[in-house]
Amino acid sequence: MRALPPQRGPWRPQLTDFHQSRSTTMNPSETQPAVRTWKLKWFVLTAVLAGAVTFGVAMLLMTMFHRKSEAQNRYVRLVEVDENTTDAKQWGKNWPRQYDAYLKTVDLTHTRYGGSEGAIPESRIERDPWLKRMFLGYAFALDFRDRRGHSYMLYDQEHSKRITEKPQPGACLHCHASVVPTWRRLGLEMQGKTLADAQGFDWDSVMKGFEKMSTIPYKDAHAEMLATPDGTPAGQAHSAQLGEAHPVSCVDCHDPDTMALRVTRPAFVRGIQALANSDDPTPHLPSVERWRKGDRGQPYDPNVDASRQEMRSFACAQCHVEYYCGPKSTMFFPWDKGVKMEKIEESYEARKFADGSAFADFVHAETGAPVFKAQHPEFEMWSQGVHARSGVSCADCHMPYKREGAAKVSEHWVRSPLLNISRSCQTCHPYPEEELLARVNAIQDRTHKLMGRAGSAVNDMLTAITATKAAGATPEQLKPVLDLQRKAQWRLDFVNAENSMGFHAPQEAARILGEAIDYSRQAQIKANELGGNRAAPERPGP
Amino acid sequence: MKPLPFIPWKPLVVIAAITAGVAAGLGFYAFDYGEGLSYFSKDPRACANCHVMNDEYDSWQKGGHHQAAACADCHLPHDFVPKYLAKADNGFWHSKGFTFMDFHEPIMIKPRNAGILQDSCIRCHEDFVHELVSGSRSVGEDSLQCVHCHRNVGHGARN
Repeated sequence: MRALPPQRGPWRPQLTDFHQSRSTTMNPSETQPAVRTWKLKWFVLTAVLAGAVTFGVAMLLMTMFHRKSEAQNRYVRLVEVDENTTDAKQWGKNWPRQYDAYLKTVDLTHTRYGGSEGAIPESRIERDPWLKRMFLGYAFALDFRDRRGHSYMLYDQEHSKRITEKPQPGACLHCHASVVPTWRRLGLEMQGKTLADAQGFDWDSVMKGFEKMSTIPYKDAHAEMLATPDGTPAGQAHSAQLGEAHPVSCVDCHDPDTMALRVTRPAFVRGIQALANSDDPTPHLPSVERWRKGDRGQPYDPNVDASRQEMRSFACAQCHVEYYCGPKSTMFFPWDKGVKMEKIEESYEARKFADGSAFADFVHAETGAPVFKAQHPEFEMWSQGVHARSGVSCADCHMPYKREGAAKVSEHWVRSPLLNISRSCQTCHPYPEEELLARVNAIQDRTHKLMGRAGSAVNDMLTAITATKAAGATPEQLKPVLDLQRKAQWRLDFVNAENSMGFHAPQEAARILGEAIDYSRQAQIKANELGGNRAAPERPGP
Repeated sequence: MKPLPFIPWKPLVVIAAITAGVAAGLGFYAFDYGEGLSYFSKDPRACANCHVMNDEYDSWQKGGHHQAAACADCHLPHDFVPKYLAKADNGFWHSKGFTFMDFHEPIMIKPRNAGILQDSCIRCHEDFVHELVSGSRSVGEDSLQCVHCHRNVGHGARN
């Protein structure tokens, strides 16, 4: 058979038409090649089409295969990581999805009130002069800047004037570096052992090392970190792995064997135990409430007692909290009476240093008042808000789940939820992004305005006290005024230092600022009365 | 006009036939590998084949409606033709979304599917709620949706 007879193909009718239309103008001997060309076209078309379909189906098959394997193999352990692997690069070989996102914390992002996009973050004490005045006599009056992503935590600390121009203790590294193996090594060496003798995480040695490093100078503590192996190059002897220190890393929140979430910071473990032992209500931490109802035979242990959802906040609360990390005491979280602003204040007021003197962070340079400095009480503020009461953890908004193919991963690019509203907020609040952003902006703008007023009030108070002191008021006369100053500053700073511009607990933030304004004005009035300054108008008669 | 060179029709037909056969064979295999037949059933496990609906599936298993209704009972019409139209419509968009990973996160129900869902609520609960829902069968700006308040009756996870 040279060719299919035209009548047999499905194209017969067209072929006939074609044949007829052409036969009117062409002689029969010329039609034969034309029909053959036409038939050839059909064959080529069929083959090309079938080939293209095959190509497409094969691609689809590969996608299906890829998705199915994504769902099955959650990770492949290509390199061994252990308790001493602080270099995230090694972990990244096994968990590339999380590592890729973690690396993005070098990106400079900002929102209306948070973050920074400068090569050097903007100075907050230059922007708000009342901040600088409030901190006079303390290192924060030297240098206090906008914050950046996790990647910068160690670098920015090493280069802050607070570190370079003032002596600081090694306790600062509790939160600014992946420091646990260094504590473990120091603790073991204190017992005449080496890092190779560690039993798993080895809490006893870690605690010993932590206490030692808390009070030695920052420079020495930093050098100890560089003398601790970091897991790179992988598989090499510890002696070959020295010389590098890392910001927060995988091992700080994950068990290297099971990848389970965990806490590793001694000050947090002690702090949450102190909170569990207190009678401060903790409805947002059900495992603490449950432990309190039990026989309390064992101290509360977050790594054992807490639910996974609580751990998604506790991992962050290892650092995003109020603490004391000065040189005069081992670092601690002041939660023995509770986590509310007043409870922390009570705890500080009742506390004495080892030398018997009353606890204070610094003495104000202008007025001589011993005052408290708030750090960044995000966990404490969140604890007073509606999200905590609804069981929403830090990670739910700051590390929301995302889909990568068939895999579900926590976003390890930790950042403001305002930069990721669809995943962070819309999961529970099914409203347009602009609407959600507008709600947050309303809360933050109100807090910011109120904070500005509190700043002015503190500034006026400091002016009044300084004038009264210059006029010769005695320390005994000034004492009640300085107590008010401490209360006012503590409250303003509690909201100022907290990184959410009120969002974590809007009403609580406003309440605290209201009290800051009240105490400032009370102090101002008292100071004016003492100084014989009758600038204030006399009260009208009844 | 010069005569065309000799064309080997027979092998060409064979090639075209083989190519078409490969396409068909691979297509059937892909259909099987992709568990295509499961989508003709009302087995709720089929809805979590691609794992996107894992959270919904898990929470539905622990939820109150577990004994009464599965995915298809609420999310699909019950008459044959509308049911398969809805399956085809959603099947196309889900496959496209999952292949190209270009869908909105968190996943939100489309108005048309919200209408199907509302009809399903009423189908079972009509006797009880007919006073409440008159006029709320169409889904629009002002219509009353059962799941607006009863958000978690079917499943908890919404992401």
